[in-house]
Amino acid sequence: MKAGENQLRSRFRALTDNAATGLAILSTVVVVAPLVAIFVYLLYKGASSVNLDFFIKVPKPEGEAGGGMANAILGSGILLALASAIGVPIGIGGGIFLAEFGRGTKLANAVRFTADVLNGVPSIVMGVAIYGLVVRPHGSFMPFSGHFSAFSGGVALGIMMIPTVCRTTEEMLLMVPNAVREAALALGVPNWRSVLSITVRTASPGIITGCMLAFARVAGETAPLIFTALGNSFWSASLDRPIAALPLQIYVYALSPYEDQHRLAWAGALVLIVLIVAAVSLVRYVTSRGVLKGAS
Amino acid sequence: MTRIRFQQSLDELKEQLLVMAGLAEQAIQRAIEAYRVRDLSICDLVSRSELAINRLERDIDQAALDLLAMEQPMAIDLRFILSVIKINADLERVGDAAKSISERVRHMEKMAVADLPVDIPRMAALAAEMVRKCLQAFIEGDAEMARSVLSMDDAVDAMNKAAYKALTKVMQEESHIAPQALNALMISRSLERVADHATNIAEDVVFWVQGADVRHHKSLTGGRDPQAKG
Amino acid sequence: MGVGIEVSNLNAWYGTNHTLQDINLNIPANHATALIGPSGCGKSTFVRCLNRMHETNPIARVTGTVRIGDLDIYKDAKPVEIRRRVGMVFQRPNPFPTMSIYDNVAAGLKLNGYSTRHVLDEIVERSLKNSALWDEVKDDLKKKSGASLSGGQQQRLCIARALAVDPEVLLMDEPASALDPVSTSKIEDLIFQLKSQYTIVIVTHNMQQAARVAEKTGFFLNGRMVEFDSTHKIFTNPSDKRTEDYITGRFG
Repeated sequence: MKAGENQLRSRFRALTDNAATGLAILSTVVVVAPLVAIFVYLLYKGASSVNLDFFIKVPKPEGEAGGGMANAILGSGILLALASAIGVPIGIGGGIFLAEFGRGTKLANAVRFTADVLNGVPSIVMGVAIYGLVVRPHGSFMPFSGHFSAFSGGVALGIMMIPTVCRTTEEMLLMVPNAVREAALALGVPNWRSVLSITVRTASPGIITGCMLAFARVAGETAPLIFTALGNSFWSASLDRPIAALPLQIYVYALSPYEDQHRLAWAGALVLIVLIVAAVSLVRYVTSRGVLKGAS
Repeated sequence: MTRIRFQQSLDELKEQLLVMAGLAEQAIQRAIEAYRVRDLSICDLVSRSELAINRLERDIDQAALDLLAMEQPMAIDLRFILSVIKINADLERVGDAAKSISERVRHMEKMAVADLPVDIPRMAALAAEMVRKCLQAFIEGDAEMARSVLSMDDAVDAMNKAAYKALTKVMQEESHIAPQALNALMISRSLERVADHATNIAEDVVFWVQGADVRHHKSLTGGRDPQAKG
Repeated sequence: MGVGIEVSNLNAWYGTNHTLQDINLNIPANHATALIGPSGCGKSTFVRCLNRMHETNPIARVTGTVRIGDLDIYKDAKPVEIRRRVGMVFQRPNPFPTMSIYDNVAAGLKLNGYSTRHVLDEIVERSLKNSALWDEVKDDLKKKSGASLSGGQQQRLCIARALAVDPEVLLMDEPASALDPVSTSKIEDLIFQLKSQYTIVIVTHNMQQAARVAEKTGFFLNGRMVEFDSTHKIFTNPSDKRTEDYITGRFG
């Protein structure tokens, strides 16, 4: 009787095991499917419009066929560079403070809370806020104020990067085992030096991932740019003037009545995704080589 | 308390040694009794108990070796086990001495009774008392009692020396009782050895209990001649 | 090359927990001194007071005097300076995970500003030789990361790292407790050789190890030092019954 029971039980267990595995695979498929679907659809819709012109020409006036989004690609590049220059140092600095110097203090709790709140601010609200702080005021201390500018766009995106970079940095630093810190301290290394050269370095792969996450997120933001960078149909690389950006341009073209511009919008969407993935992969490749080689 | 099994092993080792000690003490007492009443049957008892003593010597050494290897004894435990190994050897020798004496008694059985200028019974009583006391000191872990045994050795030594002098004189001047004198001399020597072994056991007890090495005290401080070990 | 350590009236707290009470002892120079005692008795805390690592914990507090050589380490110097003269090896090997073997050993020097290449090369080689690791890693110094070595090798790497800054005292907090018997023997042999150049203090749970490597042994119990004497005396005939109960395993 016992043997039969055991057999039944183990068959039931095997069945549940397989069912669970099946469920897990199914969930993965469900998660990945929309991603794949989007990419395939974009390819289908936009690939035909991606040509050399797209990358070297500026938009044609309304109604005319042809043209490209070269200025938007450049504009996004400039905006993201400025955003990273603002978001990454401040974010990493904040993360280092939270993990290494302010652990347990009231100030640290306040900073962490602020970062979390900032993370939750809707992107349109961010755009409006920067409009009020940077774009509107005339003759204030803020540079490039009084008009729409690439600068204000970069600031908006940069501030949006801060919470993600800060929190991931903190988390990655907290994951560095205390034994490593103690080893450095026991060698007579001052605390600040130990934090920078040992702890941060140990956590750097994770910190870089955090930066890339933030980068990928703001690369596609459109709403904050509406009231700050505004967009530009012509070449512009100046911080002082409105600038084009890929997401903005896609938005504008998608809403236009012209079929030609719709095609360009699809192409733009495809190119945007590809560029983000490429940028992130490049950073991964470069940094992973550096870390493995144990760069002195 | 931790290490209960180890403590039990130590207790068992002590028990084993006490059994051996009992046999050795009994052997000496029997040998002395055999001498006193010239009873050969008692001599047989002594011979048989010597076999048991030898077997126990091997068993105890084996048990002690096991404890040393397996239990990493420290401090007092280490000293105890070392003392057991040494006392073991001395007890076996006591058994040998008892057998020697009983052999002498067998020989003397064939001879006429002679009047010899030596008080074997008194010497025997003293040696037996030393054995009893040192074993009691071991049972109770009493270092003071053990130390008191050390001083009794002098008396036995003196008696042995006197016996040697007197009996050699007898062997030279009264050759008709020379065999009896020789036997008595050998018995005296056996008793002196018993006293030595009792002294050794007492010294080992002091080492175990107090961690002090009190061996060869007199010879190392320029006293009497060092004992020749049998 | 080593110096003696004089501890007077040392008391230490973690918050309100009085972890060490009135510790007085003299650790002799160029000898190995072992500290034994049950878990939580304060021996690790004591050792961390000798290189001022105890105070890295924000609720830690220390009173009393510790003199290393002629220097009062709490009054006459900063923690960073002390830790360069008093090296430490921890229970679990903790090489810097992102650094190569070479960089690990040189870390103490580089992070304190020394960077002359050939000097560093020399010191790295000497330290690895002194910690009996050189032969095993000399071909992979810059190619292999510190974390890719075996446990025993990692610990010897940490010893080399500590030796590279040329301390006078080496503190070892249960250095072999995470290692297998062969690695443990290697570490013990190492300690034996290092004794002549450094003053070594070793905390250990393993009494046989203390007996094997140390000339003097101190027994800690409940934050106090119960007995401090030659290792021979402690293990053959200790003066205090508590010491004897501990080393014969009769605790509790």
